[in-house]
Amino acid sequence: MNVILDNFAQYRDGFLTTLEFCAYAFVGALVLGTVIAAFRVSPVPPLRWVGTSYVNVFRNCPLTVVLFFCAFGLPEIGVNGLYFWFGVAALVLYTAAFVCEAIRAGINSVPAGQAEAARAVGLTFTQSLSSIILPQALRTVVPPLGSVIIAMVKNSAIAGAFGVGGDLFAVSDTLTSSRGEAILPVLIGVTIGYLILTIPGGMLLNLLERKVAIAR
Amino acid sequence: MSTTSVLYDVPGPRAKRRVLIFSVLTGLALLAGLALVAMRLDDQNQFAAEKWAPLFDPTDAQFPLVWQRIGTALGATLTAAALAMVFSLVIGTLLAVTRVTAARWYRWAVVGLVELLRGIPVVVAIFFAARVLPTLGADMDPMWYLVIGLTLYNSVVIAEIVRAGINSLPRGQQEAAASLGLTRGQVLRMVLLPQAFRAMLPALISQLVVVLKDTSLGFIISYEELVRVAGQIKEVLGNPIQTYLLIAIIFIVLNYALSRLAVYTERRLSQGKKTARTKDGRAATLPATTGTGAVGS
Repeated sequence: MNVILDNFAQYRDGFLTTLEFCAYAFVGALVLGTVIAAFRVSPVPPLRWVGTSYVNVFRNCPLTVVLFFCAFGLPEIGVNGLYFWFGVAALVLYTAAFVCEAIRAGINSVPAGQAEAARAVGLTFTQSLSSIILPQALRTVVPPLGSVIIAMVKNSAIAGAFGVGGDLFAVSDTLTSSRGEAILPVLIGVTIGYLILTIPGGMLLNLLERKVAIAR
Repeated sequence: MSTTSVLYDVPGPRAKRRVLIFSVLTGLALLAGLALVAMRLDDQNQFAAEKWAPLFDPTDAQFPLVWQRIGTALGATLTAAALAMVFSLVIGTLLAVTRVTAARWYRWAVVGLVELLRGIPVVVAIFFAARVLPTLGADMDPMWYLVIGLTLYNSVVIAEIVRAGINSLPRGQQEAAASLGLTRGQVLRMVLLPQAFRAMLPALISQLVVVLKDTSLGFIISYEELVRVAGQIKEVLGNPIQTYLLIAIIFIVLNYALSRLAVYTERRLSQGKKTARTKDGRAATLPATTGTGAVGS
């Protein structure tokens, strides 16, 4: 176990990089996912098609392939940048599809009577969506959205697996290949790092779930 | 679609016109976007025949060779996914079943294991298997490391699905079976599990999509599956965009077919219940297990 204590600084830096990476991806995925979800329920057919195709493409494509596409494909057409940002972009594109589906499921779970009542008092599509449907949908969205976010944190390790540069997963590589540490304790340290993020995340989610739960 | 259409009225003539205008506008915006991307691609010479022909043109000299590699890799991907799924199903069911029946300390051990393994990224599990097992003297083909890593993660996910499936059954089922004098094992094997599996089938198929996608992580342990072979192909042909596009299409087609199968099974199952049970007008009691489990990588 000394390996973990001796290299605590490395682990801490990796942990913080993972955290930073996930924070960017979280914001991006939330925004993009909400926009795609709005597309999917809009009255304009082409927007619905865009939304549906987006979800079908990115939900069925492995994150690895999206990542390679961003990392190797974008430089080919002259888009250059830090690998970090390619990683964030891939994770955002991939996670947004799941965020979209969570939000759409939430919208669908709002009883039809609510929307009908909103229509009956003369609210427009945008008004009924923003002041009647979404506030109620958000409560139902919290649990699945939370699982999506936890899955996203775990998926960030895939981006790290071939070099976001210094994230938590990359720490294992640095320590074993350049310092020749034994693999088992190093990986246990990495595992603990991820568990620190995911297990309290799950608990927080349960708490939140109970707090926002509404009897329906 | 039935619920979303409640968000707005059935469009009248004016709304129809507005929708039409919006449709044309978004259509134009889409076309403009595509054209921009196409121009960019053309600028960087991405439409050059030598970048596409080896992958998509059967008359090209390299075509058979490339597709032979892709075929083998696809086989490797499918084999790993199938093995991982079968092992996960067996281990997951055992975990769930013993968790329902066994002593308290064992239940806690299983809960701990489930929480632990669910919190670890799959890629770490695979890396763990590939790096740690050899140091313990277990030298295997890379495929088995991949399968073990995937099984570690997915068996606990499936254990949760199975447990949810068993819990979703009406209590009366178990009580009736017990009152007939069946032992606990018999109750599980003959009454609960068959019904639970029926209810879980869609969720299990969705999990198969997750497993199939995760086999792509084999690239980090040098297992020659689709993504790794794609990496080798693009090194030789120098066309990453085209190669990864092809790989993406293969995955999307496979997984889309699987998702459709899940939806179809779900519909079939609820249909079967309707015709079998609703003579007295009662709705089916099994909650639909749509693939919420599919959020995992």
